[in-house]
Amino acid sequence: MNYVLSIVTLAGINMIAVLGLSIFTGFTGLFSFGHAALVGIGAYTSAILTYYYFVPFPLALAAGMAASALVSLVIGIPTLRARLRSDYFAIAILGFGEALRVILENLEITNGARGLPGIEPFTTLPLVIGCLAVSVWVASNFLKSRYGAACIAVREDPVAAEMAGINLFRARLLSLVVSAAFCGLSGGLLAHFLSFIQPVMFTLVQSTALLAAVIAGGMGSISGPLIASFIFIAMPEALRVAQMWRLVAYGLVLVLIMLFRPQGLMGYQELSHFFRRSRHGRPAA
Amino acid sequence: MGAPLLEVQGLTKAFGGIKAVDNLSFRVAPDSITGIIGPNGAGKTTVFNLVTGVYRPDAGTIDFQGQPLLGIRPDQIVGAGIARTFQNIRLFNRRTCLENVLTPMLQKAPYSVPAALLRTPGVRRLDRELREKSRFLLAKMGLEKLADIQASALPYGLQRKLEIARALAMEPRLLLLDEPAAGMNPEESRALSNLIEEIREAFGLTILLIEHHMDVVMRVCSHIVVMNFGALLADGSPEKVRTDERVLQAYLGKEYRNA
Repeated sequence: MNYVLSIVTLAGINMIAVLGLSIFTGFTGLFSFGHAALVGIGAYTSAILTYYYFVPFPLALAAGMAASALVSLVIGIPTLRARLRSDYFAIAILGFGEALRVILENLEITNGARGLPGIEPFTTLPLVIGCLAVSVWVASNFLKSRYGAACIAVREDPVAAEMAGINLFRARLLSLVVSAAFCGLSGGLLAHFLSFIQPVMFTLVQSTALLAAVIAGGMGSISGPLIASFIFIAMPEALRVAQMWRLVAYGLVLVLIMLFRPQGLMGYQELSHFFRRSRHGRPAA
Repeated sequence: MGAPLLEVQGLTKAFGGIKAVDNLSFRVAPDSITGIIGPNGAGKTTVFNLVTGVYRPDAGTIDFQGQPLLGIRPDQIVGAGIARTFQNIRLFNRRTCLENVLTPMLQKAPYSVPAALLRTPGVRRLDRELREKSRFLLAKMGLEKLADIQASALPYGLQRKLEIARALAMEPRLLLLDEPAAGMNPEESRALSNLIEEIREAFGLTILLIEHHMDVVMRVCSHIVVMNFGALLADGSPEKVRTDERVLQAYLGKEYRNA
């Protein structure tokens, strides 16, 4: 595949995971330092299914989503119970992410630390674009529904949310499961795009990168984190000519965003909001 | 008084060594407007927090429509028919006025997660209906023009009204108002008194309110509960409470006659 197209594909895959995390962090207000582990669950589940068991690719993708959702339930149920403390989950999933790496490195079926090579490259750019489009549609449906309204209410004020008839635990858990399913999908696509996966691809570094995209893009926006995610994937590639300085530039962009737009690129708004405003002749703030 | 809508008996809650609520008992008659008054720190808001399940009492019982409320979650208490506003306003700040009212209303919408993810025609129709209903509630509180304004952008007085609109969206039987007239001038608090009576009438509510503005309390309440240091000081009609020796002492001090 053409180099530029492959970067676009990779960015699209990453955007699906960022979309998932933005539901959990941006819209529900809960932090996670381990969503890359959920991407990893999806990647390994779907890859193992197509690699060893010749399961059809769409089915394997769905299984990856289900596996991520299931794992998130196992971590979420004991840790999201605390009414007004939401940090237990962030710590638990951080631990889970590290544990997962060790487990993957020691299992026979995952081929250990060397990773799984030779996964069929089923993932194509049109498929990624299609998955991303459907994901954005489903995520915005979710956020418009009673469940999404409950998540945003929990982010805005947990006490007031409870007094609006919202079960805090259920709202947070549902948000986590939906976000995990998106991460699982992203993982499945990633495995079948790179055709090689390795445990170190799903650790704290990647989790932090996902979180950085959500925060830099704007908590409570769908379009913002997607744009940020695209920039973060594309920019280091575009700057490859600058060799080692590209990582400095990456850090610099993050610092600049936090300095000049602490609410993130989009703040709490969507892209469409700015178009609407500028059409009315007012400056896009 | 017939069967009370809310009955509190022997309610006690201590924080550290301090009894915020001390063996408090009172009743709220259906369709009444009952006021809780008392000096600052008397434990009035703690009573609200106990009734709505934010805190668990150390002792005592709370019965609503003959059913015990203890040991169930705040959201279940809302479901049972109790809604409240907060003394230090707690709106969903970054959402619009409409969304603030819509959120509790949506929680009763009977559609499943898969239907929500696919936004089926049924979900769309329900959401549209509830939006209309939210607009109607906003109009009731005189906020219809501000439907699409972010809640945090409203001035203080309107935020209080929006909180009442949001509480009404839960279709409560009992509405708890925590200092609805705080920060209002006499003219505004008179208008608020009228509004409180109006919504009680229009929505068939029972109202329990905490208030420091005596003009509001004396105007709207048919029954007043006076608290001091967490305990019941006096309980009765406005006329009775106004002339009660202990109430006057608590508010004005022992020497008030000489002053």
